[in-house]
Amino acid sequence: MKGFAELLDGLAFQPARNGKLRLLEDYFAATPDPDRGYALAALTGNLSLRTAKPKLIRALVDERVDPVLFGWSYDFVGDLAETVALIWPVGETPAGAVPAAAAPTTLGTVVETLNDAGRSEVPGLTRRWLDQMDATQRWALLKLITGGLRVGVSAGLAKTALATFGGVKAAEIEEVWHGISPPYGALFSWLEGHGARPDVSGTAVFRSPMLANPVTDAELATLDAGNYRAEWKWDGIRVQLVALADGQRRVFSRSGDDISPAFPDIVEAMTFSGVLDGELVVMDDDQIAPFDRLQPRLGRRQVSPAMLRDRPAHVRLYDILFDGEEDLRPLPFDARRARLEAWFARAARPRLDLSPLIGFTGWEALADLRGQARQAGIEGLMLKRADSAYVSGRPKGPWFKWKRDPLLIDAVLMYAQRGHGKRSSFYSDYTFGCWRRDRGDDVLVPVGKAYFGFTDDELATLDRWVRNNTINRFGPVREVTPGVVLEVAFDSVHESTRHKSGLAMRFPRISRIRWDKPVDEADRVETLAQLMRV
Amino acid sequence: MTSVPATVASWLKVTESGLYCAAGDFYIDPSRAVPRAVVTHGHGDHARPGHQAVLATAETCAIMTARMGTGAGDSMQPLALGETLRIGNVSLRLAPAGHVLGSAQVVIEHGGHRAVISGDYKRRADPTCTPFELVQCDVFITEATFGLPVFRHPPAALEIERLLASVERFPERCHLVGTYALGKAQRVVALLRAAGYDEPLYIHGALAKLCALYERLGVALGPLLPVADMTKEALAGRIVLAPPSAANDRWARRLPEPLPVGASGWMGVRARARQRGVELALVLSDHADWDELTQTISEVEAAEVWVTHGREDALVHFATGAGLAARALSLAGREEEGA
Ligand SMILES: [Zn+2]
Ligand SMILES: [Zn+2]
Repeated sequence: MKGFAELLDGLAFQPARNGKLRLLEDYFAATPDPDRGYALAALTGNLSLRTAKPKLIRALVDERVDPVLFGWSYDFVGDLAETVALIWPVGETPAGAVPAAAAPTTLGTVVETLNDAGRSEVPGLTRRWLDQMDATQRWALLKLITGGLRVGVSAGLAKTALATFGGVKAAEIEEVWHGISPPYGALFSWLEGHGARPDVSGTAVFRSPMLANPVTDAELATLDAGNYRAEWKWDGIRVQLVALADGQRRVFSRSGDDISPAFPDIVEAMTFSGVLDGELVVMDDDQIAPFDRLQPRLGRRQVSPAMLRDRPAHVRLYDILFDGEEDLRPLPFDARRARLEAWFARAARPRLDLSPLIGFTGWEALADLRGQARQAGIEGLMLKRADSAYVSGRPKGPWFKWKRDPLLIDAVLMYAQRGHGKRSSFYSDYTFGCWRRDRGDDVLVPVGKAYFGFTDDELATLDRWVRNNTINRFGPVREVTPGVVLEVAFDSVHESTRHKSGLAMRFPRISRIRWDKPVDEADRVETLAQLMRV
Repeated sequence: MTSVPATVASWLKVTESGLYCAAGDFYIDPSRAVPRAVVTHGHGDHARPGHQAVLATAETCAIMTARMGTGAGDSMQPLALGETLRIGNVSLRLAPAGHVLGSAQVVIEHGGHRAVISGDYKRRADPTCTPFELVQCDVFITEATFGLPVFRHPPAALEIERLLASVERFPERCHLVGTYALGKAQRVVALLRAAGYDEPLYIHGALAKLCALYERLGVALGPLLPVADMTKEALAGRIVLAPPSAANDRWARRLPEPLPVGASGWMGVRARARQRGVELALVLSDHADWDELTQTISEVEAAEVWVTHGREDALVHFATGAGLAARALSLAGREEEGA
């Protein structure tokens, strides 16, 4: 448990992706099976464990700690697991209790013992472990068994660490990931070179998708339009549908997370055998709804009937990777497209349709089409070489995304926050606002937040300005006098109850500092609202 | 008949300037300038400038003079630990508090009763100062900075091991340990040396004066170099000590990918540590933790314990529950420094 507790503790404090990766790699290298496998499962949300309710933990601590002191401590610490971990008085095991085990308790012991135990044994086991462990281990144990493990590690990050640890490509981990289960003995044995790659044929696994590079107008001008096919880039989330003849069905996100539980309506419609690539959207009649209508359906373990009714999911298909067991990925795009169309025509395909190919004569004609298509649901264009095989990752050349020009507003800097890592001494994260009439006065209302994306010189200048114009400080955040206009670029804007302005932007980024522009000439909230309909 | 604590309270009182010994006409750690002050140690919340006469250990006198120059006091009278001095009707001696170099408890006897003012203290070994001495008394005035049972400081050597492990794990980064200039900085240095770390340590200019003074007073710190003389590249894989605020300061930009490290008793609470932006939280305290506080108030066997300087409520609650007489003492102008 010691290694796992130190890993969790390190991850909880480590803001940077690279730092988290380093901690994970070191842990996998230093920890024996099955502990590292259970840790991997716990971090990626794949560990099933007999859990304990916070009430049980409270009851255990009440046996040993004065409730008044506990209450004050809990108020100060603010987290139940942490308070109990810190306050737990050791060495007060009452006479006649189970004697402490001689060997230190490992993560594997905890997981396996809990899963073999009956519900009524959980309090006794927990008490005994708390007695044996130090404060950091107690914290990790309580987080684990109350299901409150949140240390900012995504499945994708854990898999990247595994790939580095084993010296294999991340795509190779992906290909086996959904065919293996905790504590992943075969996986680690393969990564350490002791065994073969786990055989996952017959399981619905994720294949790393093919991704596109952004392209500028100037770069396009050097390419022959005749070699490319064009499709709309729909504004949803990219998914991979995997269905096997034996009935296994899975919906994967672009990063390989299994999001099937959030989309039972799609799963139900997957009455085929094969692997398809497409965009998951919500449909209003036959129109793709704006992205914010899809948002509430993401990241769920369960979906209510109302949500299924009001936000029906749909997948617009881009590509076919497998038809039955036949791997189509080596075929050129045109041939795969023909197979996709033939596959689609073969049967009724509820909740699915084809993303149409757009006919065009040259880049200019296509640019015109792109300019007209600022309707909801379209982010831009995808350009795919007619002869491109389907390869995982982001190869340079065969696929491009040609986004429409961003929307722009001029907003006023309101708050600045320090960045992380290299930027921890810079105010590099900005909240900005637009003007709104409020009881006869023009006031600034926050409309969004973005990181700085420009040169170190510009960042240093803005940082200096923030320090010299601070009017209030809240921890790492400074409120500044309205004095700088930021040009903010964003992909779209929609209604949101989360922000005071009632609006939220997609992908906002700061494109320029408008030192030249007086703050009272910055945009108004109404202007931003009008951009919803562009 | 008046009780012992009430008798002591007749000559040891809380005033607007702080704790006042009426029988000897002097203040202990007064929060504003007074004619006569006994100072327990050199931290800013105990040692204020501008007194006419200051009585303290020789080390504390030297620290105050280093920090405040002539503002430290018109006259500075050193008193060795253990030596007894007559002041008016009272006898006074200083007993080691184990908090920072020169730190002392003030032991006052008058009319057959003894009061001990702990100042800040801890009970664990610290290579930079004389260990705490337990003095039994009638009234014990204790600090309570970490007076909640969630504060249980782990052994300092284990925390230093965690720092060294992190340095090994991130050799391209510079570990920036936030330490206050008096006590914490030198203790971290001494603990690193005790763990066998002989590499040079790099210090922020604000720590230089007191590190040099510690060395002069006989605390060996090994090679310390000013950060200001170093190139950015040369600091990769190194340990730098600076005041805690420096990590968020423009000063930190001269460091290669600084990894901010916190070193205080507050670091045991994750939300607190994260709020201070650290990536590595070392629980290294110069104050007594809950177990040390409760052990001490039991061991001094005082007729009454007066609690100040922190979580008075919780420590009084504990003492009362344990059958000891205790009450909170509210003194103005107390804040943690380098806890
Ligand atoms: Zn102090
Ligand atoms: Zn203090």
